[in-house]
Amino acid sequence: MSEPFEPKIVGFLCNWCSYRAADLAGSARIKHAPNVRIIRVMCSGRVDPTFVLKALALGADGVMVAGCHPGECHYLEQNYKAMRRFHMLKHALQAMGVDDQRVRLVWASAAEGQQLADAIDQLVEDVRRLGPLNWPANWQEDAQRLKALEKIAHEHAEAMEVLS
Amino acid sequence: MAERVGVYVCHCGSNIAGMVDVEEVARWAGANLKDVVVARDYKFMCSSLGQAMIEEDIKKEKLTRVVVGACSPHLHEKTFRRACQNAGMNPYLCQMTNLREHVSWVSVDRKLATEKAKALVSASVERVKRQAPLEPMYVKVNPATLVIGGGIAGLQATLELADAGYHVYLVEREPSIGGHMAQFDKTFPTLDCSACILTPKMSEVGQHENVTLLTYAEVEEVSGSVGNFKVKIRKKARSVIYQKCTGCGICSEKCPRKVVDDVFEAGMGTRKAIYTPFPQAVPRVPVIDRASCIWFERQKCGACKKLCPTDAIDFDQQDEVIEVEVGNIIAATGWKMFDCKRIPQYGYGRLANVYTSLEFERLCNAAGPTGGKIVLRDGKTEPKEVAIIHCVGSRDVKYNEHCSAICCMAALKFGHLVLEKTQAKVYSFYIDMRTNQKGYEEFYQRLLEEGMVFVRGKVAEVTDAARKPSEQGKLIVQFEDTLLGKQQRIPVDMVILMGALEPQADAKEFGLKLGISCSMAGWYTERHPKLDPVATMTDGVFVAGACQGAKDIPASVAQGAAAAARVQGMITKGKVMIEPIVASIDEESCSGCRICNTMCPYNAIEFDPEKEVSRVITALCKGCGTCVASCPAGVITGAHFNNDQIFAEIEGILWDAAASPHGNGSAAAKPQPTAASL
Amino acid sequence: MKYAYYPGCSLEKNSAAYDVSVRAVADVLGIQLVEIDDWNCCGATEFFSQDELVACSVVARNLALVEPQLNQVVAPCAACYLNLKKVDQLMVEHPRMNAHINEALAAGGLKYQAGRVRVRHLLDVIVADIGEAAVRDKVVRPLSGLRVAPYYGCQWVRPMDGVDNPEYPMKMDELFKWLGAEVVDYPVKAHCCGGHMTQISEPQAFELIRRLLQNAVDYEADLILCMCPMCQLNMDGYQNRVNHFFGLNFNVPIVFFTQMLGVAFGLDFSKLGFGKELVAAKPVIQAKLGAA
Repeated sequence: MSEPFEPKIVGFLCNWCSYRAADLAGSARIKHAPNVRIIRVMCSGRVDPTFVLKALALGADGVMVAGCHPGECHYLEQNYKAMRRFHMLKHALQAMGVDDQRVRLVWASAAEGQQLADAIDQLVEDVRRLGPLNWPANWQEDAQRLKALEKIAHEHAEAMEVLS
Repeated sequence: MAERVGVYVCHCGSNIAGMVDVEEVARWAGANLKDVVVARDYKFMCSSLGQAMIEEDIKKEKLTRVVVGACSPHLHEKTFRRACQNAGMNPYLCQMTNLREHVSWVSVDRKLATEKAKALVSASVERVKRQAPLEPMYVKVNPATLVIGGGIAGLQATLELADAGYHVYLVEREPSIGGHMAQFDKTFPTLDCSACILTPKMSEVGQHENVTLLTYAEVEEVSGSVGNFKVKIRKKARSVIYQKCTGCGICSEKCPRKVVDDVFEAGMGTRKAIYTPFPQAVPRVPVIDRASCIWFERQKCGACKKLCPTDAIDFDQQDEVIEVEVGNIIAATGWKMFDCKRIPQYGYGRLANVYTSLEFERLCNAAGPTGGKIVLRDGKTEPKEVAIIHCVGSRDVKYNEHCSAICCMAALKFGHLVLEKTQAKVYSFYIDMRTNQKGYEEFYQRLLEEGMVFVRGKVAEVTDAARKPSEQGKLIVQFEDTLLGKQQRIPVDMVILMGALEPQADAKEFGLKLGISCSMAGWYTERHPKLDPVATMTDGVFVAGACQGAKDIPASVAQGAAAAARVQGMITKGKVMIEPIVASIDEESCSGCRICNTMCPYNAIEFDPEKEVSRVITALCKGCGTCVASCPAGVITGAHFNNDQIFAEIEGILWDAAASPHGNGSAAAKPQPTAASL
Repeated sequence: MKYAYYPGCSLEKNSAAYDVSVRAVADVLGIQLVEIDDWNCCGATEFFSQDELVACSVVARNLALVEPQLNQVVAPCAACYLNLKKVDQLMVEHPRMNAHINEALAAGGLKYQAGRVRVRHLLDVIVADIGEAAVRDKVVRPLSGLRVAPYYGCQWVRPMDGVDNPEYPMKMDELFKWLGAEVVDYPVKAHCCGGHMTQISEPQAFELIRRLLQNAVDYEADLILCMCPMCQLNMDGYQNRVNHFFGLNFNVPIVFFTQMLGVAFGLDFSKLGFGKELVAAKPVIQAKLGAA
């Protein structure tokens, strides 16, 4: 019998609010799923969409990006930029055949250890239900998805006026 | 040359070891992770013995990188960086792995917790190998300080610093300093006369050689960072030449235009179009309120100009924007009163004899509109019964969830004043009496003895709809007495609403100027609610008084002094260390698209029109990295958080995943990315 | 603008004046009301405490009958308004209840998608959808000099969706200012009218009614405006009994707000249902506005 599926999820947490929320969850001994592995960045605005793609391509089954609440960003407003980028990223992921339930943007203030733990549990549960992503392998098998990617690349090229 | 990495896994007593197999993690790291030459576990890594062990290894094993798997970097990063530095290693080549807060304390399954710990250690090892030595930056601290807000908190901070010999720019948007405290008659619980204890401080500030007082002025723009802020201040046109005015007051006396004073007198009294808010105002230089001045209305009158003995009136004066340079900023911008009209069932604004607490302060102030006589709006009738309603707009999910902290005590003070000055009976309608500071509970006991009547229950409405003859012509307070469990009505002549203290209406907007954040409600957020109550997340910006949360005079004074002490510490040290976590642009490869310019909220990226490239102004960069993520050419580097480091961390953290290049993946299929080449 | 119309039982009989005046002013304001075909009881107050599911299903039937091309229903009776709105909200928030109700509806060949129909009171439609300019535009006989006391009762002010301030409603006050009336800011405007208490304990009901009338008199109101058939019935129908009971002499006309709206729009008294009230309103109105 194979072992139960344990999703591997990468979390990009901002230094000021959400990473501290994770610290608080620890100090308060708020138990939550061990599947989210946390990488600290200074701000959710630092999260380049390629980080997320890279994680998924390397075998992560899901990704969490967490930052300060809108209006409470340590860097004034950079989490709004993260938010905009995230919507774009979700759009692209959908086109590439990745269920958008696998990636999640979460706001947690430094006081919201419980909320962050809940969000982690929720994401793990959702990803567990979706099963392993096994993305690059799956992707190659699926010609349709490759087509989708080509379409995006084409649209991008068109928008950037680099088509010959 | 390959790096030589040392991995140190802490037991933290049983805090980590109780849930994570730390020995296994250390053994595994030593055996499996590339370039790891030493891997040890130890009871308490942060102890002096633990630190000594790392230092010794660095020297003996010629380590070039160190990973410490212990608690949160927010707790001990400094400790281990210092240890590395002691052994001659650059402190930024040490990386912490959070095995306690993020693993052992939140997990329930030892096996899964150990797996998670391995992944995090692996991530740190991959990352640390790509970290670069960095030099902390130091900047000089300008010894001048900007204090914003001339209420009691700001005044205290100003005097502490000025007395210590440092220059202070004090900015106040009203024509005089003094703040809300200047409006009060007495202060609880000692019943000191408010003016008697406040005005000496005001005049001291006004005359202090180290204070530049800028009243009727507002901070427009703040740039720079800790140690070296540049601040643009708009001095609104007073229409009075500051240097010429002697403060004789003839202008105000002769001014024919009287208007209701909504600010200082809270609408209870009047002032002239040219005025100082109150007789003891500092400075004594008046301002012309152009919106109500006859001259500005139709170029007639000019009485003040004609009669001024020193020719100080200048109708053509313009606003002036000045720039000052300071090392630190203290925000003491205060609070505003809840608009009691938002609770229409209490009748404020509709029923004449319903007052706000600020109005009542003016009513019983000896210098107020009635000379301190407590009378109804008709100006002559003394009330026979007075109701004081607590928590108006406070502790109410519909308006403000917070407790306004001062209202219980202010209500007791009002009760005392009414009992002292009139024959009236006083009722207090409270939810809970909160009298938890020195001398407060004793004051409550005193009022109980003085015969103030305390009713526990929230008032449903204040109405003039009489049900029986005894209620005719009265204001009826309808409430539930929660101790009796009964609905009741009490007819009174005067109702005082203890309105909530709220954040200033422009607090959020102003906070953005200072680079500090607010709670959802709008109070400024301190760095730590218990251990760092006057600092903010922005270095060099401090908060004091009620802008950080509703508080009374003693607490505001304490915070003003505390903020000043923190600033003095910065000034005495003379320089401040800045983390070298900043962005830089490779000018050779920059295409000059300027996308990053708009990304930066600190305007730290400037465009060089000659070279057509963008450039980071290091002194302004706070290191968030948003520009790094936005550069389409990938030529911006975020020090200590560059793409290489983060990609390596991602690879390391997924060492056991299907497609990991580390070869530990379990899945058979490991295709190379093709179209999705990342 | 087109809305489904749910008159409810009161408007068919004892509050027929409300129904005629609603239809008349809707006509003037260009509000097209499409009466729900074969509508049934709104459950009033009693049914819900007997059997909640059955009561809700009965109410939901009305919503299910709203023509598919319409997505708003207007109910002038405050009780009907509250019940329709309450049931819709219940169905949106509680999936199980929603399923049960739809099961019941299915037995009659109907179904209702929770949240499809927005339930509105006519007052809200006039103030929010039609708006100040359009209403003022229709005024041919301003109510200047007439002191009206808007009375809201309890059902309009249930804190449902911020239509008005639940503690101190003001929407009718606003509307009548547009009509030029002297609006009496009447502190008991949302106090209890007695409801069904007249059937249980007359002394208590009469005291509640007396308070409302007394306050209107103290504020020198010429008449009281209602938006609920129950309130109108209690204050008008029982006014004489209240006078006898307390030895008083009230003579305050109680009319529906739509009747006075019609007067301001210059409609004929006879077309607005005047004369059905027990305390005659016409003489008071004509005394202030002149015969027209």
